Amino acid sequence: MSAPHDDTNLGIAALAAPQRVAFPPNWPARIGLLVLALYVAYASTILDITWARFIIGLDHGAKFLSRMFPPDFSADKLSLLYVGMTESLQIAIIATVVGVLLSLPLGLAAARNLAPPPLAWSARALIALFRSLHPVIVAILFVKSVGFGALAGILALIVASLGFLSKLVAESVEEMSMKPLEAVRAAGAPFLSVVTMGVLPQVIPRFIGFAAYQLDSNLRNSALVGIVGGGGIGATLLTAFQRFDYDFVLTIVLAIIAIVMVGEIVSGWMRRMFQ
Amino acid sequence: MTAEISAGRPRQWQRFSLPERIMRSAFYLLVVIAVIWSLRTIEIIPEFLYDAPQQTVDLFVRMWPIDWSWYPKVVHPALMETLHTATLGTILAVAVASVVSLMVARNITRSIIVNTIGRFILVATRSVHAMVWALFFVALFGPGALAGMLAIAVHSIGFIGKFLAEAIEDAKPGPIEALVATGASPLAVLIKGYWPQVKPAFLAIATFRWDINVRESAVLGLVGGGGLGMALDTALNNLYWDQVGLVLVVIFAVVIVAEIATAWIRSSIL
Amino acid sequence: MATATQAPDARKRERSLIINKLCKEYRAGQPVLRDVSLEIESRGLIAIIGPSGTGKSTLIRCINRLVEPTSGEILFRGRDMVALSGPELRTIRRHIGMIFQEYNLVERLSVIENVLCGRLGYVPVWRAWLRKFRAADIEHAFQLLDAVGLGDFANQRADQLSGGQRQRVGIARALMQEPDLVLADEPTSSLDPKTSVEIMELIASRAAERKIPTIVNMHNVDLARRFADRIIGMSKGAIVFDGPPLALKDSHLLEIYGGEGWLE
Repeated sequence: MSAPHDDTNLGIAALAAPQRVAFPPNWPARIGLLVLALYVAYASTILDITWARFIIGLDHGAKFLSRMFPPDFSADKLSLLYVGMTESLQIAIIATVVGVLLSLPLGLAAARNLAPPPLAWSARALIALFRSLHPVIVAILFVKSVGFGALAGILALIVASLGFLSKLVAESVEEMSMKPLEAVRAAGAPFLSVVTMGVLPQVIPRFIGFAAYQLDSNLRNSALVGIVGGGGIGATLLTAFQRFDYDFVLTIVLAIIAIVMVGEIVSGWMRRMFQ
Repeated sequence: MTAEISAGRPRQWQRFSLPERIMRSAFYLLVVIAVIWSLRTIEIIPEFLYDAPQQTVDLFVRMWPIDWSWYPKVVHPALMETLHTATLGTILAVAVASVVSLMVARNITRSIIVNTIGRFILVATRSVHAMVWALFFVALFGPGALAGMLAIAVHSIGFIGKFLAEAIEDAKPGPIEALVATGASPLAVLIKGYWPQVKPAFLAIATFRWDINVRESAVLGLVGGGGLGMALDTALNNLYWDQVGLVLVVIFAVVIVAEIATAWIRSSIL
Repeated sequence: MATATQAPDARKRERSLIINKLCKEYRAGQPVLRDVSLEIESRGLIAIIGPSGTGKSTLIRCINRLVEPTSGEILFRGRDMVALSGPELRTIRRHIGMIFQEYNLVERLSVIENVLCGRLGYVPVWRAWLRKFRAADIEHAFQLLDAVGLGDFANQRADQLSGGQRQRVGIARALMQEPDLVLADEPTSSLDPKTSVEIMELIASRAAERKIPTIVNMHNVDLARRFADRIIGMSKGAIVFDGPPLALKDSHLLEIYGGEGWLE
């Protein structure tokens, strides 16, 4: 099944096939589909997904959509939007800058070709932990420990940035050539000079791209952490939902999409400048 | 001995040329201004910041020892719900995304209008986060796994559809031309021409997205999407820290297991 | 040979190297170097020849401790290199220039930055970070680039150079350390024959001009005969010949390389 298909064989088989059985039944695939259908039915009952609920939901949906349009652009809402958006932007900026600054040392510590094994393994474990925790869960924990507001959001996004960036730093450091390092070491350079002149020039160009991507991603996620109390536009969005201000919800969602797109443009521009 | 040759040359060395230096300085200045602006306006109460490490440690101390007795009656059903949410959501997303990817792939659909509509669907579903979709669906269908499942499905359409469309566009035209030449129906061309070529990518994308969706569905409950997130929310609201610890451990474990499972599937089937 | 004009004794002490009973085992029970003892006076080009895998590279890398010796003594500038660690080791390493077979340049840095890497043992970290090298160092780097014939390439990236040009940068980097000893590990093995001769000429002339003792690993016997003041032949981790080029006879080559047919 999984063997790579040879083009010519396939073509010939297709040409020859109609003479015999048009399309021989593929039993494994049929059984697979049947199992899949059974699973869907079973899981639907577990999740209490019924057609009736779905229909009722669609009925709600019609009302919902009619209340969403047109989006609410009144002045007081726009000022709420502005406050939430700037806070999200600020959260994303601080989290990205701190994440970038901390991810270099953490990534270097996790690189097995530079760091002594105990350090490398503990750094790798830390990174694995950061990566497997969803930013929302981290945000909740920080909300509980430092209280509601932007600080919790910032800390949560720093953890997310560290998980992503440090892993990539460690990977690029492990892939780089060790030869220049040998030369710089032979010249008697202290470790940090070996890093600045031997390691960073090999790693930084890729790192810039990752950092730009992380800014993007933090911008997106800053809307998310707000929903659980991490400040920013997410908080505004949740409030709008709770007050059934669906026309304002649409405004916020449109604004989030817009700022994420602007973020993509800015990070693309950053990548070009540094390469 | 050769030093005289270039004695007249300016002996200055700068790492970057002047325009590069100006660009870089401007960029660094921009970053510094952005950070200062952010730090000044954002409400960070210094006492909270100094306190943060202590508070975070306290939090984990309160979670210990973990209350395992709570697992069978509450956490296990929630875990199953999360897994089903992620799986059903992925299946639904794959079904819808397959159709949309056919609309987007330019070698299948030659109408620019249909292409553009498909592309818009992919971008729109992807840029709104699953959690925001969950808020929508909770408002529509009420809290529960249905809302979570739909949020997962809709958010995944963009991701799956984008990669699937790319895989279809990368399909080699040779076998397809051979089929068309035999007078095969369009459906037969799809099933016998494109499908064998796209299948490996299709399975890879679906399993990869399933892995992501397990993570995502574990948190959707916080906004009413059912599953482990709901259990976490309840425990948090009741301040049952030992139960919070249990749910976190279960989420951590299921994320790791999902990652190992997808890695295994990828290496054995693909 | 004439002695250096100023403070000949001091310089001689600084620039001589004594290796005593050096042993190296990568895996226990499989020695790569067996009790190598060697005395190198304050000047001249010393070629170490021998078949691949005979421990030439290991010997040279033990001298500046890129490879950790298993036992033995390496006396340089009055210190035992084997006993040093941390800052002391770095301080002494900056007096030993090294040239590599694969040049070992930092490809993404410019030529002049690569040359300035030779100063990293002298300059503090913040200067390396900001690339604020002293004006005198930059001037010296330009002079060295002129001396190796790359004066016009200072701002090119190292990965744009040919093999021979890269090795010239490598030589300039080693000289940038103002070394009292230069180690060269197969500096011409990745180069074509013509470039090899040019590079050896460059190394020999710089070594003679600055009166720096230079140890060169090579497996090309002709190049060794042509440029070396002294040849050391190694076989199976031990020194089997040590003398001037003229004293190197076919019988010695037989002992070093084994076999016979290749001499014809």
